[in-house]
Amino acid sequence: MTPEIALLLAQDGISTGAIYVLVALGIVLIFLVTRVIFVPFGDVVGYSALTVAALQLRQMPGTVWLVLTLATLATVMEAYGLVRRGQIRGLPKALLLYAVLPTVPAALVWLVAGRDLPMWVGIALTLAIVMPISPLLHRIAFSPLADASVLVLLIIAVAVHFAMSGLALLYFGPEGFRSEPITRALFELGPVTISGQSILILASSVIFSFLLFLFFERTLTGKALRATAVNRVGARLVGILPSTTGAIAFLLASVLAGICGILIGPVTTLYYDSGFLIGLKAFIGAIIGGLISYPAAAAGAIFVGLLESYAAFWDSALKEVFVFSTLIPILIGQSFTSAAAIEEEIEEEEREGTA
Amino acid sequence: MGWKSRLPLGLAIAFIVVAPAIFGSFTITLMNYIGIYAFAVLGLVLLTGVGGLTSFGQAAFVGIGAYATAWYTAVHGGSPWIGLLLALLLTGLVATILGAATLRLGGHFLPLSTIAWGVAIFFLFGNIDAIGRYSGLSGIPAITIGPLSLGGNTAMYCFIWGLLGFVMLLCRNLLDSRKGRAIRGLRGGIAMVESLAIDFFRMRLAVFVLAGMLAGLSGWLYAHMQRYVSPAPFDIRPSIELLLMALVGGAGHIAGAVVGAAAITLLKNALQDVLPLFTRYSAQLEVVAFGVLFVVILQKARAGIVPMIARYLPRPRLVVPGQVPPLARRGRPVVSGQAVLTIQGATKRFGALAAVNDVSFEVKGGEVLGLIGPNGAGKSTLLNLITGTAKPNAGRIMFLDDEVTKLAPRDIAGKGVARTFQHVKLRPNMTLLDNTLLGTYSRTRSGFLAGAIRLDREEEKSAQCEALQQLKRVGLAEKAGELAGSLPLGQQRLLEVARALAADPVLVILDEPAAGLRSLEKQILSRLLRTLRNEGMTIVLVEHDMEFVMNLVDRIVVMDFGSKLAEGVPAAIRAEPRVQEAYLGGVA
Amino acid sequence: MTILLSVTDLHVSYGKVEAVSGVSLDMQSGHIVTVIGPNGAGKTTLLAALMGLLPSKGESCYEGQDLRLLSTEERVRRGICLVPERRELFTEMTVADNLVLGAYTRWGDREAVQRGLQEVYGRFPRLSERRSQLAGTLSGGERQMLALGRALMAKPRLLLLDEPSLGLAPLIVREIFRIVMGLRELGVSILLVEQNARAALETADYGYVLETGCIVHAGPAVSLIHDPRVVASYLGGKVN
Repeated sequence: MTPEIALLLAQDGISTGAIYVLVALGIVLIFLVTRVIFVPFGDVVGYSALTVAALQLRQMPGTVWLVLTLATLATVMEAYGLVRRGQIRGLPKALLLYAVLPTVPAALVWLVAGRDLPMWVGIALTLAIVMPISPLLHRIAFSPLADASVLVLLIIAVAVHFAMSGLALLYFGPEGFRSEPITRALFELGPVTISGQSILILASSVIFSFLLFLFFERTLTGKALRATAVNRVGARLVGILPSTTGAIAFLLASVLAGICGILIGPVTTLYYDSGFLIGLKAFIGAIIGGLISYPAAAAGAIFVGLLESYAAFWDSALKEVFVFSTLIPILIGQSFTSAAAIEEEIEEEEREGTA
Repeated sequence: MGWKSRLPLGLAIAFIVVAPAIFGSFTITLMNYIGIYAFAVLGLVLLTGVGGLTSFGQAAFVGIGAYATAWYTAVHGGSPWIGLLLALLLTGLVATILGAATLRLGGHFLPLSTIAWGVAIFFLFGNIDAIGRYSGLSGIPAITIGPLSLGGNTAMYCFIWGLLGFVMLLCRNLLDSRKGRAIRGLRGGIAMVESLAIDFFRMRLAVFVLAGMLAGLSGWLYAHMQRYVSPAPFDIRPSIELLLMALVGGAGHIAGAVVGAAAITLLKNALQDVLPLFTRYSAQLEVVAFGVLFVVILQKARAGIVPMIARYLPRPRLVVPGQVPPLARRGRPVVSGQAVLTIQGATKRFGALAAVNDVSFEVKGGEVLGLIGPNGAGKSTLLNLITGTAKPNAGRIMFLDDEVTKLAPRDIAGKGVARTFQHVKLRPNMTLLDNTLLGTYSRTRSGFLAGAIRLDREEEKSAQCEALQQLKRVGLAEKAGELAGSLPLGQQRLLEVARALAADPVLVILDEPAAGLRSLEKQILSRLLRTLRNEGMTIVLVEHDMEFVMNLVDRIVVMDFGSKLAEGVPAAIRAEPRVQEAYLGGVA
Repeated sequence: MTILLSVTDLHVSYGKVEAVSGVSLDMQSGHIVTVIGPNGAGKTTLLAALMGLLPSKGESCYEGQDLRLLSTEERVRRGICLVPERRELFTEMTVADNLVLGAYTRWGDREAVQRGLQEVYGRFPRLSERRSQLAGTLSGGERQMLALGRALMAKPRLLLLDEPSLGLAPLIVREIFRIVMGLRELGVSILLVEQNARAALETADYGYVLETGCIVHAGPAVSLIHDPRVVASYLGGKVN
């Protein structure tokens, strides 16, 4: 390996890692606030990328049908729950949140799909239509079991991933897509050439991480999210509804997933199930960070990106095996440093068993 | 046991025996698959339903078993029986490595890493030349038993279901033995398990390895029935299907493995027949249907099919063992008055707060020592230091002649320190007898194999006898066959005392045993503790009910703000003004 | 005087274990009512049920409103606040953030929130000194002050206090009880659960003694203080 190649691989790794950073931040955010390990995160990234590509190819993206299906399900569940509890006054608000708001972007996309659109319109529409996906999934699959153990929530998350990827195959078919690059600029930096797309990815990653930081530090909603993560009982005692903060966490994560999809679409050819692998690698980054710290998750994600890049140079067929098997030594290392995790987890399951 | 509770089992066996005579080849093949899946699902039943862990990589273990035997028999022309050995060894080894890496961490790290691992193994199988990359290996021979070849459909059917019945019997026996009870106890949490002298981590590892080896067995059968292996059936999706089978069947029940495997396989078959009539995307929709089914089951019927049926069957009656030799008692070298427990300058700090601050005292053989103090005085922390669940920042703790300051809780428990918990820690879904039997773990020796093939019956009967005797002592013998979760709080506390006594301890630590007890229950407890003292048992009693304490104990240690405030006989303590102040609160 | 809170035949269970069995109590507006009793009597469970953290059976009525229909969050909005035994602070956030979050339900009126914050800092100068410190680094007494301060930020009309003296040194206990007395002057009604019986009874107007989930004695606080049965249930036998 020459230094030039090493540098090239590093550049490639950092830009992939920057994508993983955004995914890992979303995963940690959802986990801390709701205790859901959101495995379908990667699928949402995939939907975003495929939506951009479909709009550019002047096709109707299946995301429209996905969002409409989810919105219908969520509305029915919410309305049924309200009627059963005798809280009919809450119906208009529920209809607005679960039926009207998600339908608006879906209807817009439905109206303009098939036309020649400026790139930024396609991107904006994609972001708008991907946004409701995760909060709706939260309402349908996770919030009915908000008090279940992490383990049960994880199993549900995996099941949701399968349903999502099955639907993606149905909507987008088995062939791969690659969207138009947002910028075609190239920069010469000594011996290496850096593409504008890479710089865009890196910049977006930094900017959105910083915005997330500001949100947590400066806004009441951000603080309420942190409070829910630190102490759920305490949060309820000051009047924070964990289901509300949960929905906000899922919404933010959806935005992050949308951005990731838009950024990665032009970089590689994506298939209906590529999102899952992206999500899984970001997971490894988040686990390296212990699933509790945003900066550590970001560092872990960059590490995974670099590892993947160098592993691909060494043997591109086995790069996945290589990336996934690094998890084992990392976990061994962690199991000797954090002893407390085990106790809390079990106490939680015990409560469930007694109930 | 009543015939009614055995009826479903009898019917099931009869059905399986006559099936080859009734059904055609297609159905028999389908049932072969159900049987093969059931092995892997059985592993998940033990792991998830019984042990409280989850794996998303069970199909990957099936794959390792299948590839191991395929490689050995098809590529190297070896015997399938050696292939079996190889399959079991390899799955066991991989499970050990994976388990060692993740089982010390919180419960969600194992399933998370099995997702990654399940995906990785698919790529691994698909990229190794020696096992045929993505096109797989063919030419795997059929299993032969002497001159008999199991190449035929019906022969394989008999073999699979016969073996499955045998393995299920072994698993049932195991769960009803010493090690099996320990596995069933795992969901009670590390504090409870280790207080019974059981190694929490190793027990989790054992059940994970067992689950992996059952998957390996499943893979071996799969390879030799299919006669061909490729990476696709061992991806993460089939793993999820196996987990779905375990959940649908009833993850806590051995029979749930077969019921779940059958239900999901038949459902899948039906979907494959029906869906193409409506849509040309049936394969995609199948996945979606399974995902949705999964979520619905978890939200609405987390228990599964078997428990739903079991609810209508009578509970098996308890068989009381006849005359058996009693369990060997611990050699009790304790002389009355000799120090059993010595605490020297114990200090435990949490950040700036000293929860226990330079506390020293002795507990003498055969005495009942009351440890009292207002809420938040540091009593619980001190108990944690004594039992090893927390390590002191300074000071020493001696038990008999050994220093136990740095020992793990299970080792301290093994030396003869039994305890009860302030917040009762029992297994609500196990019977009173089984809960009490958990206490005998440190006095018995039987291992996994002995439990599975019932070589442990003699010891088991003695242990049951001992457990029943302890239940009788606390007045719960009549309810021995009931589930612990059905008891009111007071009786749950008494059950914990029985479990502690079943360990034949030198020192018993009782953490607020009278809290929440009604006065009649308090009298039973008080009488019991008096009897124990007369028998020479050493007892440390943490309690808030002063009447209870004052009338019972020989000496009292009073704690306040982490320090020892006073020590002496009850009358002197009661007269001590500082104690009154600490208790009733002299300020306002 | 109006009845603020009225509880009739309240039952609370954990699974099959009943921790509170048939408790009835009344509270008048502006009063301090204390519930005392030994460990495991069900005091904390009672408060958790009143806060809506645990499901319960029986009637409970607050300001004429049936409490059963209200979630925990709605109870906070209506002026019921719990200062729990475990404090339940946001340990990884600053003191100031903890207090600000206490006013989560009345964020619409920023000025009132700012005023409330200044009031709490005025009442607890220690919190003011440590406003940018993480709550997890506070001492026991400071944590209790922060928990109290956080609850006050919601402008409660009914404050539920669970063992405010737990694990605190006598000097700080005295300070806490002085603050509790001061709150009554502001018109806040207080339901006080305590182990420290003497301090609680000296502070309160009315007292209930809870044992194994049932009320065994009730009466004006002054009369309970000298009731030998109460003393007996604490120290056992006769106290000289």
